[in-house]
Amino acid sequence: MKLYNGGKIIAGIVVFLIAATFPFWYGRGKAVRPPDLKLDTPVIQQLKEKLCVEPAPYMRANHMKLLTVWRDAAVREGNRSYTAINGRVYTISLTSTCLECHSNKKQFCDRCHNYAGAKPACWNCHIIPEEVR
Amino acid sequence: MAPTRRDFLKIAGFSAISLALPPLPSLAAAKAGMPSASDLFARSPGPLQPLKAKRWAMAVDAGKCPPGCRDCIAACHRVHNVPAFGNPKDDVHWIGAERVEDVFPAETHPRLPESIRALSIPVLCNHCENPPCVRVCPTQATFKRADGIVMMDYHRCIGCRFCMAACPYGSRSMNYRDPRPFIPKLNPDFPTRTKGVVEKCNFCEERLARGVLPACVVACREKALTFGDLEDPGSDVRRVLERGFSIRRRPELGTGPQIYYRL
Repeated sequence: MKLYNGGKIIAGIVVFLIAATFPFWYGRGKAVRPPDLKLDTPVIQQLKEKLCVEPAPYMRANHMKLLTVWRDAAVREGNRSYTAINGRVYTISLTSTCLECHSNKKQFCDRCHNYAGAKPACWNCHIIPEEVR
Repeated sequence: MAPTRRDFLKIAGFSAISLALPPLPSLAAAKAGMPSASDLFARSPGPLQPLKAKRWAMAVDAGKCPPGCRDCIAACHRVHNVPAFGNPKDDVHWIGAERVEDVFPAETHPRLPESIRALSIPVLCNHCENPPCVRVCPTQATFKRADGIVMMDYHRCIGCRFCMAACPYGSRSMNYRDPRPFIPKLNPDFPTRTKGVVEKCNFCEERLARGVLPACVVACREKALTFGDLEDPGSDVRRVLERGFSIRRRPELGTGPQIYYRL
């Protein structure tokens, strides 16, 4: 079998491979700094104990699972109160409970989601209070 | 005709380029002002004290509705971020007003007095005992709660519109377009919907959870709408139903509608 325009095709494949693998060899050995999350909203500053709904390491790793549980509890079971592991009771609400403390969605949610390349669909429907007020 | 090698490589090349390009930015959400402090947005401080019932139902005393009054519609649509597209083709509504002959086609006739025929009757989801929309929903996005409320889980709706075909009352609306830019004033306490999602009245489930009555009931100055537990003999709905004859929309279909009308 004869390869027509062999030079161009091979050059094209080489260019493609270089472009496709660019992120891997360009970023090799370099660590991108994790995002700097802002926790100094007025509501958080007024808290006596700086506690999230559950302990911070758990929230960092599992907030998306907790939000799914909250969503199903509120919408499908009509249960809008959540008892945390330390016995505190919270109202199940993304915009009223989570965003009451974390009122800085751009510096809190978005920074980490952008860093991790996560695109949650929450805000397609749920309204960001800071954008309305 | 099979594509030549040249065409195939071209298509492959363009496909590779499209993968590398960023997705198109979505339409910027419209901004709106702060909601005015009014009865509609009443909130109970402290822990939630939900209103509970065995079977929620509503009685509509349509005879009390003044001609042209749209208070209940305005309140409901304001509280639930219902878009106003401004054309009947895209219309989205949770509660509406219809003529008697359209609401009760079998019960009316041309010789009814003008006072009856001129009525504009509030129509909303009937929260059926045997809801056909729930039966047909392929994702169980629409479901019936133990207290009788036929609810939608917008997270699950795929926009197939089977429910719209199944509902004999036209209580459901499809968002054919992105509703956000068409919401006159955003209420931050309630989510909006997206394009491709069906929506309908939820009997103000989110307000009942906070211990307040539905927005339409609160907004009605004539007290034409009564809401309560059908299983509780002392409830407001039962007291209104005790007063006299009431009818439901198309009960012969076997859906068991739970909105009771007095004309």
